Amino acid sequence: MSLTILVFAKQVPDTQNITGQAMKEDGTVNRAALPAIFNPEDLCALELALQLRESHGGKVVVGTMGPPGATAILRHALYMGADETILVSDRKFAGADTLATSYTLASAARRYGKFDLIVCGRQAIDGDTAQVGPQLAEKLDLPQLTYVEEVQSVEKGRLRARCLIDGGHEIAETALPALLTVVSGEQPPRPAGAKRLMQFKKAMTRSELMAKHANSNYEDANLLAEEEEALRAKRLWIHEWTAEELGTESERIGLAGSPTKVKNIESVVLAGKGFVNIPPTDQDIGKLVHELIEEHILS
Amino acid sequence: MSSKRKIGNVWIFIEQDEGRIADVSLELVCKGRDLARRLKVKTEAVLLGSEVGGLVQSLHEYGCDNVFVADHRRLRYFSALPYTRVIVDLVRQHRPNIFLFGATPTGRSLAPRVASKLLAGLTADCTELRIDDFEDKSRKQTLHDKLMQIRPAFGGNIIATIVNTWEDPQMVTVREGVMPLRDPEKGRGGAVTEVKFSEQPEDLAVKIIERSREVKSSSLKNAQIIVSGGYGVGGAAGFKLIERLAEVVGGAVGASRAAVDAGWVDHDHQVGQTGITVRPRLYIACGISGSVQHRAGMAESGKVIAINDDPEAPIFSVADYGIVGNLHEVVPKLIKAYKEK
Ligand SMILES: Cc1cc2nc3c(=O)[nH]c(=O)nc-3n(C[C@H](O)[C@H](O)[C@H](O)COP(=O)(O)OP(=O)(O)OC[C@H]3O[C@@H](n4cnc5c(N)ncnc54)[C@H](O)[C@@H]3O)c2cc1C
Repeated sequence: MSLTILVFAKQVPDTQNITGQAMKEDGTVNRAALPAIFNPEDLCALELALQLRESHGGKVVVGTMGPPGATAILRHALYMGADETILVSDRKFAGADTLATSYTLASAARRYGKFDLIVCGRQAIDGDTAQVGPQLAEKLDLPQLTYVEEVQSVEKGRLRARCLIDGGHEIAETALPALLTVVSGEQPPRPAGAKRLMQFKKAMTRSELMAKHANSNYEDANLLAEEEEALRAKRLWIHEWTAEELGTESERIGLAGSPTKVKNIESVVLAGKGFVNIPPTDQDIGKLVHELIEEHILS
Repeated sequence: MSSKRKIGNVWIFIEQDEGRIADVSLELVCKGRDLARRLKVKTEAVLLGSEVGGLVQSLHEYGCDNVFVADHRRLRYFSALPYTRVIVDLVRQHRPNIFLFGATPTGRSLAPRVASKLLAGLTADCTELRIDDFEDKSRKQTLHDKLMQIRPAFGGNIIATIVNTWEDPQMVTVREGVMPLRDPEKGRGGAVTEVKFSEQPEDLAVKIIERSREVKSSSLKNAQIIVSGGYGVGGAAGFKLIERLAEVVGGAVGASRAAVDAGWVDHDHQVGQTGITVRPRLYIACGISGSVQHRAGMAESGKVIAINDDPEAPIFSVADYGIVGNLHEVVPKLIKAYKEK
């Protein structure tokens, strides 16, 4: 059966490079202060979706909720082989916790229309919560398989996968449509294709198209419409959906739609308990080992 | 009439497999009981499974006043749809104040689904839970006796306190080993509330074909001595040195996430907020900077030896003994000294 697969991905700050200055006073993250990358497990989700399309036919649609700059990961998805991309973006979505995020993504999935499968990474490296996948499944009333390592078959409207469970594995089967969350499997995500990179680097959203023309003196609506048409024809159009276009309820998105609030952020004071400094010499290390043996800490 | 709303009880989701309760669930019963005492409410467990009646006694002994039991063939193994339905119905009926889940693959698949259905807040991987008041500035009101959900957040040395400002329950997940396990009170009794389960067509959507459980290869959790390596070890070959020291002193091998991410050592060995929490007699940290996430998993160790060539590394703040130097020179010296003891 040919499959329409939605992949939801997130652009995340590279957590290997975080400093205290990256936090804003309200407890949210100042993304601008960090390099932004494609969340690693979401790349695994995309790889899995592309493989399923290769063996079953169909198409792969990648969506992300984020600031305008998150189109970087959508272009990357196109370089890897995605057919269509969607940026879900609006100031009103800012400050969303996982509940508000899953509601917003569910609205985007509904707006997209019919699909057979949603694939997400298990978790994003900035928060490590693993919550959005199952919450999105619940919002869309879909069955879920989580911690998927490998899809073994898709047949007669059912998908079979190998999943991680506590202390082991499980082979499980789900009816479609369904939602999967994916951990890194044996197949590493493919790199961007060089040809596709040339082809899709000009892919853009409406906002990006308008920004491109912001300084030109012929602000001609027709010109924009023509360019949009041309971009669409070349599959270079990144859909951009706002709160209004998705018809989201304002009290369920962004900060307003988030039950969890950050009360405070504390920098951990590293006063230290005052350690004994052992010089790195044979003699001093020998003394330390003796001491530990005498105290029965080493035996 | 008093305008004060009656506070609901503290609930713990009990994860069990083939008649054995997961350690994290018992740890959370102990923690839940402390929270319940502070709030002057009861501690209640939610137990789903097939033929699990035999587990109730032990839950009472660990501190549960009541155990909700849904016992049905269909509930033998965790499955998101039926489990969510049973739990959501129970919550709507009894309105617990706090609901604790283990941050295991099961807990992390179930809790978000339940929270989504209930429109409740959920905080993952808390390392500390406390009751306190919360001033909700955006709505200009003070909320009393709320659950402070404390977790290391973004970036180096930051701890965030998160509060659920919507209706109860206040839901969190906690990793295994974070909350201490206390001894059960033998013979302690309690109530049991049976929960009716009726199968629904949606329960057939997911079918488990096969299950295999492997014994965990790392025995970190109960190790008395742990030797951990971090990114400073420099490579898979260098990690052999860490394993060597562990072997010589009869300890287990731990690691920081950076070393795990680099592929030098298996994830089973990761110590920290998203790994295992350990409390050995001796923890030797080699080439680990000591990020807040790492310290969250080892700060309770008896004695800590830190080996790092950067005298400013935060790991020294939790160390009893600090050796400032190159681990590739220091660790062989430790091995030699121990052999010559
Ligand atoms: C949500 C979240 C959850 C996380 N969970 C965890 C977790 O559970 N566990 C965890 O560990 N991390 C976790 N992290 C990652 C954490 O923030 C750090 O990135 C990580 O712990 C760093 O590992 P490290 O100390 O080995 O590496 P680094 O920070 O790179 O430190 C390497 C250290 O080695 C020293 N060094 C280098 N060469 C030598 C040498 N030759 N001899 C001696 N010393 C040397 C350096 O001075 C440095 O201090 C998490 C991060 C996030 C965002």
